[in-house]
Amino acid sequence: MTDTSITTNAGQGEAQFSDYFALLKPRVMTLVVFTAMVGLLAAPVPVHPFLAFCAVLFIAIGGGASGALNMWWDADIDAVMRRTQKRPIPSGKVAPEEAMAIGLALSGFAVMFLGLASNWVAAALLAFTIFFYVVIYTMWLKRWTPQNIVIGGAAGAFPPMIGWAAATGSVSVESVLMFCLIFMWTPPHFWALALFMRSDYDNAKVPMLTVTHGRRATRNHILVYTLLLAVMAVAAAFTSIGGPVYLATALVLNALFIKGAVAIWRRDEDASEADNFKAEKRFFKLSLLYLFAHFLAILAEAGLERFGLGGWA
Amino acid sequence: MIGQQHEIHRRRLGRNVGVGLALAAFIAIVFGMTIVKVSRGDYEMKPQQVQK
Repeated sequence: MTDTSITTNAGQGEAQFSDYFALLKPRVMTLVVFTAMVGLLAAPVPVHPFLAFCAVLFIAIGGGASGALNMWWDADIDAVMRRTQKRPIPSGKVAPEEAMAIGLALSGFAVMFLGLASNWVAAALLAFTIFFYVVIYTMWLKRWTPQNIVIGGAAGAFPPMIGWAAATGSVSVESVLMFCLIFMWTPPHFWALALFMRSDYDNAKVPMLTVTHGRRATRNHILVYTLLLAVMAVAAAFTSIGGPVYLATALVLNALFIKGAVAIWRRDEDASEADNFKAEKRFFKLSLLYLFAHFLAILAEAGLERFGLGGWA
Repeated sequence: MIGQQHEIHRRRLGRNVGVGLALAAFIAIVFGMTIVKVSRGDYEMKPQQVQK
């Protein structure tokens, strides 16, 4: 065997630990960790700090496992899209079967250990989330309907609900509201991305709204979802997870978000291309701050509650 | 015996250390969870379960 052949094999089959970690979609995981933590801490039932840490960790591992299963199933799409070409499977670092095995093993592990660390309601919700994301969204609806983003958003919206269930052992209005916040936020967030990453989704033949119904319809959809989201986000201020801090945050950010959505709605393709999708890119960046700030405000209200200052009481 | 280190060995070392650390963290978590749950009485028998 020559030295050249060893080098070639090493490049093909010897994945590093970081390649396996990349299968878990670490950037998505940070959102899962943050929102699950807020759901757990905003709940009215105190949880032992170590068990709270474990619960959030297992929710994150469950989310990561579903990410690995998504990468296994969608390897053909990832290979075509510029944004995802360097992922471990299309780049040849990890074999698809390996990703599937890791995804399945970690899914089972995360669900069982979340059940042991907290309760079986939270574990069942995590199992359902993984099933929903992998089977309903990835395998079935993603390649079939232009509403794929709306459905995928539901899977991403579960973590705060699971965090809440880990503390309380149940589902309540407050946890459903946190779910709705992410669920309604996801479509405008991703459609804005689809507007300026146009060729990616076209090439991959994923039925994005921009491709199936046109870019004008996508701009309309962004505005409608943003208005519905604003109503819901502000209304949440008057429930037990809300309060003056949350209301102030929601009012400012929703005003900015609606302003951004209106700007996208009023533009046509010529105007967008003239400034390289400046308004769409700004809206996308704002959407990241939007979600982070809303959940931070919920966390702040929960923190103030401990000192008798949170909420409207 | 191979005397020279190759790129492939460096990669394997990184992976093995990663798996080792993940296993060590897993043991620490199971141990920690057990201590918390036992010390707060999660596994104590309810009065009706205690045989007379």
